[in-house]
Amino acid sequence: MSFLEFRQVSVAFGPYVAVEGVSLRLAPGEFVSLVGPTGCGKSTLLNVAAGLLAPSHGEVLLEGKPLRGLNPAAGYLFQQDAILPWKTALDNVALPLVFRGTPWREARERARSWLEKVGLGRFPHHYPHQLSGGMRKRVGLAQVLIANPRLLLMDEPFSALDVQTRQLMENELLRLWQEDRKTVLFVTHDLEEAIALSDRVVVMSAGPRSRVIGEFPIPLPRPRDVAEIRLTPEFLRLHREIWELLRGEVMRAHAGA
Amino acid sequence: MRGLRLRLWQVGLLLLFLAWWEWASRTGRIDPFFFSKPSDIGQRIWRWFSTGEVYPHLYVTTLEMLLAFLFGTLLGVALGLWLALAPSAAAVLDPYIKALNAIPRVVLAPIFTLWFGLGVLSKVALGITLVFFVAFFNTYQGVKEVSPVVLQNARLLGAGQGHLLRHVYLPAAASWIFSSLRTSIGFAVIGAVVGEYLGSAAGLGYLIAQAEGVFDTTGVFAGMVVLMVFVLVLDALVGQVERRLVHWRPKAEGAQG
Ligand SMILES: Nc1ncnc2c1ncn2[C@@H]1O[C@H](COP(=O)(O)OP(=O)(O)OP(=O)(O)O)[C@@H](O)[C@H]1O
Ligand SMILES: [Mg+2]
Repeated sequence: MSFLEFRQVSVAFGPYVAVEGVSLRLAPGEFVSLVGPTGCGKSTLLNVAAGLLAPSHGEVLLEGKPLRGLNPAAGYLFQQDAILPWKTALDNVALPLVFRGTPWREARERARSWLEKVGLGRFPHHYPHQLSGGMRKRVGLAQVLIANPRLLLMDEPFSALDVQTRQLMENELLRLWQEDRKTVLFVTHDLEEAIALSDRVVVMSAGPRSRVIGEFPIPLPRPRDVAEIRLTPEFLRLHREIWELLRGEVMRAHAGA
Repeated sequence: MRGLRLRLWQVGLLLLFLAWWEWASRTGRIDPFFFSKPSDIGQRIWRWFSTGEVYPHLYVTTLEMLLAFLFGTLLGVALGLWLALAPSAAAVLDPYIKALNAIPRVVLAPIFTLWFGLGVLSKVALGITLVFFVAFFNTYQGVKEVSPVVLQNARLLGAGQGHLLRHVYLPAAASWIFSSLRTSIGFAVIGAVVGEYLGSAAGLGYLIAQAEGVFDTTGVFAGMVVLMVFVLVLDALVGQVERRLVHWRPKAEGAQG
């Protein structure tokens, strides 16, 4: 049985149909990336998966059961800043534990080690406005991961980072994922990132009425190093194959805009 | 130092104005009967405080004002929170709130005197009708302006209603509430003084009304100065508290420490 399934999902905003008839299955522990031109509805699909947005048609199944309301299994790293501006980095990360009834002292203790894992061990008492965009993203990542969700929804989490930090974080994500094999739905603009991280890359068409137009299994061996794997012939072959399809859509989105 | 220069200019301007007033009054360019003069006003204030005759009045006004401020703010914040979080109740009550707010509060003073007597209570009631709406509208606005992404994030991280109130709505509304507190203090004083002015046996408003009754302009101006200093002190106190509680915000451009 699939862990998460989109079944003929359509989402309309008023008269504008953003996505139409999207069907997608994520096996337990699978790492799936969603790529597509800007505005095609990737964030919209993540919102649906998180239970924040009800589809206009179709449904989302979580472990075979239709999803009603918020998705209890999901941790969602939003595309926009979503951490609380009035809490320090440490308190932001501790918060999900506090929501679950952990006392502040203990929650902060555990938050500290998560901040270190995302490379922010030196900034526990900084407020979000005192951190860079990339640092805020990493606080968000720690905040999502500390709650140990079984489903991880990530919306372009690393796009604000420089190349080095980005590869560091990608490897760190893969290492963490390898530990307990969460199911991951990962949205990115960056096809290379998608291939390097995923078990499967899903390509969406340009909007409106965006659909899934291609699914590519990525049979690259694990564990992977994202920097090294980019140089293998197999990677380049996959990249060429998927880019062939994606390029047309990107052009179409560009012409439509 | 810039701050010092600024202060010198400010003090200089005041001294210049006072000197001109004194001079014009002494040389008969303005009529001392209508405008008094700074030295007389200063002397009067000195006498009030040295003989202690002003203290009972100051105490009454302070009491009225603090009670109006406290209860008006509490009611306003509570109702603001409630209506911001219960849109259907807000929709029902909206015209009533607008209508009540449209009443010029001064006309309520005689009614409150009738209902609650000449004592402290009628002034507190008048102050509350002024303070309440400031706190109410600001709290409502503050809660409505919470970033939806921050809110969704908190909910997905497991926040219940109580958590949301404590960690999201109230901190987000805090800066609005605090800016409203400073306006509220002014309104609470207006409520107290206008109430006293229109009918009472004690308070700064009563003092001013009495002086006016015997064409004692010095007394009127002295009362005004005491009131002014009184409000400035309270305002500074609230500013201090605000700075302690809302320190997460980026410092405003060009703000004076
Ligand atoms: N709340 C909304 N109201 C109206 N239209 C919306 C809303 N949210 C999204 N849309 C529209 O739906 C389409 C898909 O938006 P979405 O944010 O999902 O795109 P995306 O694939 O995540 O884009 P990007 O890669 O730039 O983040 C866009 O055309 C957008 O204008
Ligand atoms: Mg998006």
